[in-house]
Amino acid sequence: MENTGLVLLLAFGLSVLGLMVFIWSMSKGFFGSNSGTGANVIFGKDEIGLVEDPAVENTAELQGDVGETSASLSVQEIKDRQMADASSALPAFAWITGGVVWLVLASFAGLISSIKLHQPDWLTDQAWLTFGRLRVMHLTGVGYGWSSMVGIGVALWMIPRLLKTPLVGAKYALWGALFWHVGVILGENAIAQGYSAGMEWLEIPWQIGMLFVVGGALAAVPLFKTFANRNVDHLYVSVWYIGGALIWFPILFFIANLPGLGSGAQGAAMNWWFGHNVLGLWFTPLALATAYYFIPKVLGKPIYSYNLSLLGFWSLAFFYSQVGGHHLIGGPLPSWLITLSIVQSVMMIIPVYAVAVNHHMTVGGNFKAVIHSPTLRFIVLGSMLYVAASVQGSMEALRFVNQTTHFTHFTVAHAHLGNYGFFTMIMFGAIYFIMPRVVGWEWPYPWMISAHFWLVTIGFAIYFIGLSIGGWLQGRDMLDAAKPFMDSVLVTIPYLKARSVGGSLMVLGHLVFAVHFILLALRYGSRKTEVVLAAPFIEKLIKSRVKGA
Amino acid sequence: MSGLITEKKIVLGALVIITFATVALVILPFVQLKKLEAPEGLKPYTDQQALGRKVYIANGCVYCHSQQPRDANLGPDGKRGWGRPSVAADYVYDQVHLLGTMRTGPDLFNIGARQPSADWHLGHLYQPRGYTPGSIMPAFKFLFVERKGKAMPGEVVVNLPPAYAKPGVTIIASQDAVNLVEYLKGMDHTYKIKKTVKESFDKVSLVTEDHTKEAK
Repeated sequence: MENTGLVLLLAFGLSVLGLMVFIWSMSKGFFGSNSGTGANVIFGKDEIGLVEDPAVENTAELQGDVGETSASLSVQEIKDRQMADASSALPAFAWITGGVVWLVLASFAGLISSIKLHQPDWLTDQAWLTFGRLRVMHLTGVGYGWSSMVGIGVALWMIPRLLKTPLVGAKYALWGALFWHVGVILGENAIAQGYSAGMEWLEIPWQIGMLFVVGGALAAVPLFKTFANRNVDHLYVSVWYIGGALIWFPILFFIANLPGLGSGAQGAAMNWWFGHNVLGLWFTPLALATAYYFIPKVLGKPIYSYNLSLLGFWSLAFFYSQVGGHHLIGGPLPSWLITLSIVQSVMMIIPVYAVAVNHHMTVGGNFKAVIHSPTLRFIVLGSMLYVAASVQGSMEALRFVNQTTHFTHFTVAHAHLGNYGFFTMIMFGAIYFIMPRVVGWEWPYPWMISAHFWLVTIGFAIYFIGLSIGGWLQGRDMLDAAKPFMDSVLVTIPYLKARSVGGSLMVLGHLVFAVHFILLALRYGSRKTEVVLAAPFIEKLIKSRVKGA
Repeated sequence: MSGLITEKKIVLGALVIITFATVALVILPFVQLKKLEAPEGLKPYTDQQALGRKVYIANGCVYCHSQQPRDANLGPDGKRGWGRPSVAADYVYDQVHLLGTMRTGPDLFNIGARQPSADWHLGHLYQPRGYTPGSIMPAFKFLFVERKGKAMPGEVVVNLPPAYAKPGVTIIASQDAVNLVEYLKGMDHTYKIKKTVKESFDKVSLVTEDHTKEAK
C-alpha cells in the first residue's frame, strides 16, 4: 500500500501545484492595474447596462428589468458587431442546423429505447431496433450529432464577437460541418448494422471516427486564424474554454481510437479516461463558454468575479481530466487509479463553486429578466443544473454512495442531468439568441418558445426524479443478499415508465423547437420593427463573404 | 498582456493537462497491466466463441450486463453466484474489454458456469420471459427463424417451454445465435487465482482475497 499512497499523493500534489502555477502566471495581467477589465471585453465602450436578446418579445421590458440606462453603442461599434455576426453566420447555421436534425432523430431513438425497457417484446423482429443498438444510436446521436455540432456552431458564432473581428476562414468550418455530419450518418449506420467497436462512447468504428478528427480540426482553423486578427487586448474566459475544448477533443478522440488500447482490464481505464473527458474537456467547456458569454451579454452586466472564472477554468481542466476511474470503483483495476479519480472527483467542487458563485451573483437581483428573456431562461436553468449535476457527480464518486448507485439507472439519470439539464438547456438558450442574428429574422411565434421551455423542463423533471428514485431503489435491492436479483428489476418498472412519460414530453418539446427553427429559417410570420441588428446588411455580407472566404 | 502570450499559455496549459491525465489513466495502467500473464485456468477464446463475442458486442449486451463480480465488501455478488471478484489477469484475452457499467440484468462473468445448457440459452434469447418471469430483457427474435414445418438436418432447433411453444412452428437458431451461446457457455472464470499472480501485484492490491469457495 506504500506505493499506492505515494502515487496518489504525487498525482494530487502535481495537480494542485500545476493549478497554482497557471493561476499565478496568468494573474500577472489581471490582478494588477487592469484588474476587472477582463470581464468588460465583451461589451462596447459604453455598452454596459444595455440589454441584448434578439429572442425577446419586448426589449424595453427586458431593459426595465435590469434598470434604465444611458448606455449606448456607437455607430461604428454597431457596424463592427454586424460584421462579426455576418462573418460567422453561415458556418454557425450549418453546424447548428446539423445539430438540430440529430437532436430530433436521437430523441426518438432514446424514447423508443426507454419504452423498450418496460415493453421488451416491442419491435423485436429487426436487429437494428434492438435495445442494445438503439440505445447506442441515441447516445451517438446526442453526443456526436447534437451536442458536438451545436457546441461547435455556437462557438464559431461567438468567436468573432469575443475577438471583435470578423471570422477568418469560414469556409474551413463549412467543410468541417460536412465531414462531421457525414461521420455521424456513417457512424449511426455502422452501429445499426452491428459494426459497433464495442466500447461505451467509442462505438463508432475508427475508420469513420477519423472524420470527426478532420471535421473538428477544420472547425478549429477559423478560431486560430481569427486569433491573429483579434482586436482585443485580453482574451475573454469563453475563448479559453473554446480553445481548450478544440485542442482537447481531437487529441482525446485520436488516442482513444488507437488500436489495442481498449483491450484487457487496462482498456476499461482508457475507456473511461475518454468517456469522462469527452464530457469534462469537450461538452462542459463548450457550454460554460456559452454561459459565460450570454449571461452577462443579455443582462448588460459584466460577470461578477472574473478572476474566479479563470480559477474555474484551470481547476476544471486539472481535476476533471482525471475523474474517469470513478466509473470503475470495485472493478479489477489498480486501486491507486480508482482512488486518484475519486479524489479528483471531489476536488471538482472547486471549479463548480467558481461557476455557481459567478453565475448566481451575476444573475442575482435580475430574476425578472430571466422570465422575460428566453435566452436567459434556458441558460440560467442550465447553469443551475450544472452545479447540481457536478455536486451530484462528486457525491457519486464516494465509495459509500457509489456502492448503491453503480450499475443502476441512477447513473443514467445523472448523465442526463449533465448532458441535458446542463449542456442542452444552455445550447437551447444560445440558439434562441443566435439564430435571429444569423437569419436576419425574429422568432415568429414566441408562444412556441414558451411551449418548448415548459415541455422540456417538466418532461425532464419527471425523467430525472423518476429515474433517480428508481435507480436508487434498484441499487438498494441489488445490495440486499436476501432479495432475489429479479426484485431489483421489478422495482424499477414504474420508474422506467415515468421516464418514458417524461421523455415523451421532452421529444414533443424538441419537435416544437425544431418546427420553430425551420419556420424561422424560412422567415415565417411578419417582420417586426424592433429588429435584430440590420438584417439586409447581413445578407449582403454573407453573399460576399462566401465568395471571398 | 500583448501579442500571442495568452494564446500560447492556453495551448501549453491544455497540452500539459491532457498529457498528465493520459499518463495517469492510460499509460500507467497500460504499462502496469500489459505484462500480466493469463491464469492457468483461463483459456483463449475458440474461434466460435470469438465470433459469439462479436454478436454480444454488435447487439449491445454490455449496456445491461457487467462482467466484473465485485468484492464481498461492495455487494453480495458472490452470494448471488456471480463468482469470485475478478482480477485484471482474467481479462488478458479480451480484445476490447466488456466490463460494463450497468446491471439491468445480472453479471455474466460466470454465466457459463451457472447455465451450462445450450438449450436454456437459446430459448432464453428467443423469449427471456419463458424462463425468467418479469424479465425486461429484449426478445432476440431476429437471431432466429420461425418456420412452419420441420428443421433441416444440421439446423439447431430451439426447444421452448410448453407455454411459449407454438404448435407446428419450428424455431431455428441462426449461426449468430449459436455462436453467441457458445461464447456465453464459455464464460466461466471459476478457476482459482494462483498465488504467483497474486504476489506480483499485492502492492497495488490488484488481487483481492480468494473467494472461489464462497462463490460455489
